[in-house]
Amino acid sequence: MKIALLDYGAGNVASVERALQRLGAESQRAATPECIASAEALLLPGVGHFETLIRALDDRKLRAPLLDAIHRGVPFLGICLGLQALYAASDEAPELAGLQLLPGRVRSLPSIVKLPHMGWNRLLAKRPSRLLEDVDADAYFYFAHTYAAIDEDEETVAACSYGTEFVAVLEKENIYAVQFHPEKSGEAGAQVLQNFLRMCV
Amino acid sequence: MSLARRIIPCLDIDGDRVVKGVNFVGLRDAGDPAKLAARYNAEGADELVVLDIAASRDQRPTFLETIRRVAAELAIPLTAGGGIRNVEDARSVLRAGADKITLNTAAVARPQLISETSLEFGAQAVVLAIDAKTAGDQWVVMVRGGREPANRDAIAWAKEGVALGAGEILVTSMDRDGTQSGFDTGLTAAISSEVSVPVIASGGAKLPAHFAEIFTTGHADAALAASIFHDRVQPIRELKQFLSARGIPVRLPC
Repeated sequence: MKIALLDYGAGNVASVERALQRLGAESQRAATPECIASAEALLLPGVGHFETLIRALDDRKLRAPLLDAIHRGVPFLGICLGLQALYAASDEAPELAGLQLLPGRVRSLPSIVKLPHMGWNRLLAKRPSRLLEDVDADAYFYFAHTYAAIDEDEETVAACSYGTEFVAVLEKENIYAVQFHPEKSGEAGAQVLQNFLRMCV
Repeated sequence: MSLARRIIPCLDIDGDRVVKGVNFVGLRDAGDPAKLAARYNAEGADELVVLDIAASRDQRPTFLETIRRVAAELAIPLTAGGGIRNVEDARSVLRAGADKITLNTAAVARPQLISETSLEFGAQAVVLAIDAKTAGDQWVVMVRGGREPANRDAIAWAKEGVALGAGEILVTSMDRDGTQSGFDTGLTAAISSEVSVPVIASGGAKLPAHFAEIFTTGHADAALAASIFHDRVQPIRELKQFLSARGIPVRLPC
């Protein structure tokens, strides 16, 4: 199994790599269209600004091969910004188009709470989930973000509540994504990654 | 349902060793950073902080290697700081495996460092560390490992730092640090009520009741301590059970 870790210069690639290693999975960093085209599973980690991610995908000509692979049914896991990138757009960089695999818009969490949403929070289950199989219902996951997909839809399998409810886990055919950082979420996070790996074989 | 209050062990690093001292002086060896990191990861720490207390240019490669070794042991977030003076210093620390950086003396000298790193890596990656000390009826900022006053009000500096893009404030009470007489709830609450980002309290912790107090009257979002964890005076698991029993939301390790 060739798991490609999209490397566009974001901070948490090494953390995700280590988390996969701990689970005995081999991953390769993918920074070119060719690497993405030949991948058997794709992982898009991300942290920081929406603009940095989208610009990096476009500058490196990774958008088309990425969309192509997802449309071919290659299992995809987006982490944090990697979830937000799936939407049509984000208020963090309104002039840029997201991957548009989901119709909604990413917005800021409300300022009635301290932002960024930083730390460990629990999930609200919405639908049966493959990513959350064997994960305790009251498990905590590590979040570090200010923007979120606030409009839940049928792809939302779990939400989180912080100021408002937002999409924490989504699953749509071969597309999986989490707003939290499974690579930083202890054993519960490792289980989520393990569940994704199971779907890749 | 709410965000769990975080318990954060801090490793003060000199080269490739963990050291500790009282009121920032009298350092002594406290072990191997990677070993301690592995222990805290297993015991249910919510995050780990490593600080390069020497922060000298020649020691930099050693500190980066320490970050790599520590990060390899963790399935929780890692914050690293000490001696970060520009965006490239920050990048090398993040590339070595840290999720966040702390800025302290260099940000006081040149506040734009906060906005530069925040724009480059996101606010969630930038922690403004403030060492504060009582002076009359206010708290003033101390720099260079707490040795020099910076002629700034700590609360005003916290607000300015957040306005510039800091995503979190780590406030250390120099009055309490090393005394084990409890966190400075007044200082922490004053900052927490004035800023819109999470606040980590540091300095003075010993008893579980000190942690309960800083999360309630101190309005802290996270609490940091060093020697009481290193010396096993206060096991993290029992501390969290104590807090949970008092209705403070914490992530209980399994």
